[in-house]
Amino acid sequence: MSTMSSEVVKSSRQDHTAVKSSLWTQSMRKLRKNKLAMSGLIFVILMFLACFVGPLFSPYTDGKINVTAMNKAPSLKHWLGTDMLGRDVMTRLLQAGRISLTVGLASMLLSVFIGSILGAIAGYYRGIVDQVIMRIADLLLTIPGLPILFILGALLSEWKVPVDSRMYIVMLMLSFVGWPGLARLVRGQMLSLREREFMQAAVVLGLRDRRKLFNHLLPNLFPLLIVVATLSIGGAILSESVLSYFGLGVTPPTATWGNMIDSANNVIDFEKHPWLWIPPGFAIFSTVIAINIFGDGLRDVLDPKHKK
Amino acid sequence: MKNTLEIDRLSTYFYTEEGTVKAVDDVSIRVREGETVCIVGESGCGKSITAMSVMGLIEGTTGKVVNGKIGFDGENLLDLSKNELRTIRGNEIAMIFQEPMSSLNPVLPIGQQITEPLMQHQKLSKKEARLRAIELIKQVGISRAEQIFDSYPHELSGGMLQRIMIAIAISCHPKLLIADEPTTALDVTIQAQILDMLREIKEKSNMSILLITHDLGVVAEMADYVVVMYSGKVVEEGEVVELFNNPKHPYTKGLLKSKPIINQRQEQLYSIPGQVPNPLSLKESCYFHERCAQCMSICETQQPKLKEVGGSTQKVACWLYEEGIADV
Amino acid sequence: MSTYLTKRLIYMVLILIGASMLIFFLYALTPGDFVSGNLKMSAERKAELRDLYGLNKPVFERYLIWMKNALHGDFGYSLAQQKPVLTLFNEYIWNSFLLAIVSTFLTWVIAVVIGVISAYKQYSWFDTIVMIFIFAAMSIPSFFIGLFLIKTLAVDLKWLPPGGMMTTGSNATGWAYVKEVIHHMTLPVVVMTLLGVGSLTRYFRSNMIDVIQQDYIRTARAKGLTERTVLFRHALRNALLPAITLVGFELPGLFGGSIIIEKIFNWPGIGQLYMQSFGSRDYPLLMGFTMFIAVLTVIGTLISDILYHLADPRVKL
Repeated sequence: MSTMSSEVVKSSRQDHTAVKSSLWTQSMRKLRKNKLAMSGLIFVILMFLACFVGPLFSPYTDGKINVTAMNKAPSLKHWLGTDMLGRDVMTRLLQAGRISLTVGLASMLLSVFIGSILGAIAGYYRGIVDQVIMRIADLLLTIPGLPILFILGALLSEWKVPVDSRMYIVMLMLSFVGWPGLARLVRGQMLSLREREFMQAAVVLGLRDRRKLFNHLLPNLFPLLIVVATLSIGGAILSESVLSYFGLGVTPPTATWGNMIDSANNVIDFEKHPWLWIPPGFAIFSTVIAINIFGDGLRDVLDPKHKK
Repeated sequence: MKNTLEIDRLSTYFYTEEGTVKAVDDVSIRVREGETVCIVGESGCGKSITAMSVMGLIEGTTGKVVNGKIGFDGENLLDLSKNELRTIRGNEIAMIFQEPMSSLNPVLPIGQQITEPLMQHQKLSKKEARLRAIELIKQVGISRAEQIFDSYPHELSGGMLQRIMIAIAISCHPKLLIADEPTTALDVTIQAQILDMLREIKEKSNMSILLITHDLGVVAEMADYVVVMYSGKVVEEGEVVELFNNPKHPYTKGLLKSKPIINQRQEQLYSIPGQVPNPLSLKESCYFHERCAQCMSICETQQPKLKEVGGSTQKVACWLYEEGIADV
Repeated sequence: MSTYLTKRLIYMVLILIGASMLIFFLYALTPGDFVSGNLKMSAERKAELRDLYGLNKPVFERYLIWMKNALHGDFGYSLAQQKPVLTLFNEYIWNSFLLAIVSTFLTWVIAVVIGVISAYKQYSWFDTIVMIFIFAAMSIPSFFIGLFLIKTLAVDLKWLPPGGMMTTGSNATGWAYVKEVIHHMTLPVVVMTLLGVGSLTRYFRSNMIDVIQQDYIRTARAKGLTERTVLFRHALRNALLPAITLVGFELPGLFGGSIIIEKIFNWPGIGQLYMQSFGSRDYPLLMGFTMFIAVLTVIGTLISDILYHLADPRVKL
C-alpha cells in the first residue's frame, strides 16, 4: 500500500517537473523576444563586467595620491578626470560599482531569503505563528524607513566599525528594512496557494508538512520571488546610495556610487568639478533603470496574472 | 421574405505572435426578417467572433476583418465609418452576452445603463428616457421597476440582470438581436424563462434573432434555421427540422448523438473523440478529419466546399456527399 | 461596521504602542546625547544638565515618562532650539505641507491623464514612450536628480534659485512674497513630482487596461455609445475607484516632509529640521518626529480602508 502511494507521488512529481521545465523554456523563449527587457539584461551584464573586470585594465588602480594631477577635467588620459587627490575618477567609478552592485545584490538576497521564509511560514501555519510574524512586519512598516536607517547608520559610525566591514553591516541594515514587505507578499500568495486543488491533493495523499511546504508550495512561489527579487536589487542600490551620500553607509576611502556623489556637498566641487559627482549619479540611474526594465519583462513572462 | 442580415464570405483573422488564426474563414450566413438563426459549435469555432464582426467590435491591434461583406438594410456595414456604425449599434442591431453578472457596469445604477442608448439614439430627454426605462423593466417581467431603476447590478440576481440586458437591447426596437450564449451562465429554470421571453418579444416586434449557442436544446427550442460551425468554417446548415432529422455532416451527427435524450436511458453518453485542432496549425484539409470515423484520404489533403445536397435547403461541406468521391 | 471599526482602532493603538517602544529604544541605543556632545561645557555643568533632563534615569523609566507626557500632548522640549517640540513642528510643518500638497496634486493629475491615455492606446508609440518614462522616473536616485537640476538649471543657467524658500535678506510681502516662494519651490516640486509620478502612472495605466478589457465596456460599446462616453463614464470611474485607497497612504508624505528633498534644496521644512536635530542628537525632537510619522501612517491606513469600503457599492462592511 505504502509503496503504491509513493509510486503515485513519484510519477506525479515527474509529470510536474516535465511540465515545469517546458513552461520554463517557454517563458525564457518569450523573454528573449522582448527586446526592451533583453537590452536591460545586457546592460546590467555589461555593467557588472565593467566594474569587476574593467579596473584590471586601468593603470590607476593603486589609488595613490598624485599631486601633479589634482582636479583635472576629463581628458584622453583620464576619461572622467581626476579628483582632489589626483585619483582617476573612471577607475574609482568602476571600483565603486563593485561595492554598490555587491551591496545591492547581497541585501536583496538576504531580504528575499528572510522575507520568503518568514512569509511562507506565516501563510502556511497561520494561527499564532502568523500573528507574531505579521505583527512584527506591520510594526516595522509603520515606522518610517529612512529614520531607522539613519539611526542604524549613526550606530555604525559611533561603534567605530572597521571601514572594511561597514559594507556588510549596510547589507544587514537594508535587508532589515526590506523583509517585511516581502514577507507580506509571500504570505498572501501562500494563503491563496493553500486553497488550490493540487494542495488539497497533497493533503489527501497525506504528505508531511515539511514536504508540502518545500516540495509543493515554495516551487510555486519561485516565479513571483524571482520577479520581486530582481526588482528589489534596484531598490537596494538606490537605498545604499542615499545612505552613503549622507555619510551613514559605506564611507571613504572605500568608494561607492553614493559616497562619490558626496563630493557635491562641497560647493567648489559641486559647481566647478561636476565630473566628480555626475558620472556616479548616471551610473546608479542607468543600472537601476536597466534592472527595472529587465525585471518588468520577467514579470510579464513569469507572472502572467500581472501582465498589463 | 426580406433578408435582415446578409453575411457574405466573411473572414476575420487574428495575427498573434505565434501565427495567424483564421477565427472566421469564408463564412456566409443569412438571417431573414422575423427569423431566428442559430449558430452552433464548440467553443473556439468562431461563432462569437462572427457576431463581434457584425457589431464592428473586433478591437485591438491583433484582430481584423480581412474579407467579405456584411449586408444590413441595403448597406455593407464594413464600408461604414466608425461613427455611422455606432449609430446602428444598440439601435438597429443590439446584442446580449453570456455573462450578465459582468456585462453591466458595477458602479453605475441600472437605470442609467438603460437610459443611455435611449438618450443617445432616440434623443429622448432624461425624463422621457426614465419613463421608457421603467416601462422596459416591466416589459421584461421585473416588478418593482422604480426600485430596480435606482439599484446597482450587484444587488440583482443573474437572471434579473440578463432580463435587464434584454431590456437594454430591445430599448430602441432593433431589427436584429444578436444573443451570444444568453442562457449559458444561468440556472436551467431561468434559462427557459429567458428563452420564452426572447421568443415572445420576437413575435411581437417581428425582430430577427441571431442566436449563438453550443446547446442543442436551445437550438431545438428557438431556431428556424441552423448553421453549424467548426474551426472557423460552416460545415452544415439547414432548416431546423430537416437538420435535426437528417444530419449529414459527421460532426453534426456527432453533436446530435452527444445530446442526452429525455426519457431514454443510455449506457454512456456519446462524445466526439479527439479535440478541436490547434487553429495555428491548420493545413488544407477537412478540419474535422482527425476526429472523423469516416475519414478518407482526400479529407486529409483537400477542403470540401459547402454545397446543397438532396435538392433541399440543407447544405453540407463534406467529401462523403461529393459525387464520384464517396465511392472510391 | 462599528465592530469592525472598534477592532481596527484597538489594533491601531497596539501597533502604536509597539512602534513607540521600538522608536524610543532605538534612539536610546544611539550613542551620544545632546549634552555630552557639547564641547564648551564643563564636566560638572554636564552632569547637572544630564540630571535635569533625566538622562541618567534607566531607559525603561525614561520611556514611561516620555509616553506619559506624550499622552498629555507634550512631546518634550527641544534641547538644541530651546522650544517645545510641538511648537517647532508647527513652525516647520506647513512649509513641508506646501511642497507636498502641490507636488502630490501635480503627480495625481499627470498620472491619471497620462496613465489613462497610454492604457487606451496600449502598444502605440505614445504608450512605449510613457513606459520608458515610467521606468526612468522609478529609477532616479532622488538626491542626485535634485543636485543635477540645481547644477544645470540654477547654477549654470540661473533660471531658478538653487535653494531655500526666500532670497537671503529679502523682506518681500504680499504678492511679491508669494511670487518669491513660488519661484523657490518650483525646483523641489518638479523633483518631488518626478519621483512620484512614475509608479502612480503605471498604477493607473494598468488599472485602466484591466477595466478596458471588462465585459461591461464591451456592452457599453455594443449599445452604440460614443467612445468619449465609454471611456469617461464607464471606464474611468472603475479605473479610479481603487485609487481611493491610495489617498490615505499619501498622508504621512503630506505632513512628514521629505528628508532628502528638503536637505538638498535647503527648504525649511520638517525633514530639514530632522536632519539638523540628528546632527546634534536632539532626541526629544527626533523621537517626536519619528513617532509623528508612525501615527500618520497608521491613521492613513485606516482612512484608506474606510474610504475603500465607502467608495465601492459592492463592498459591505
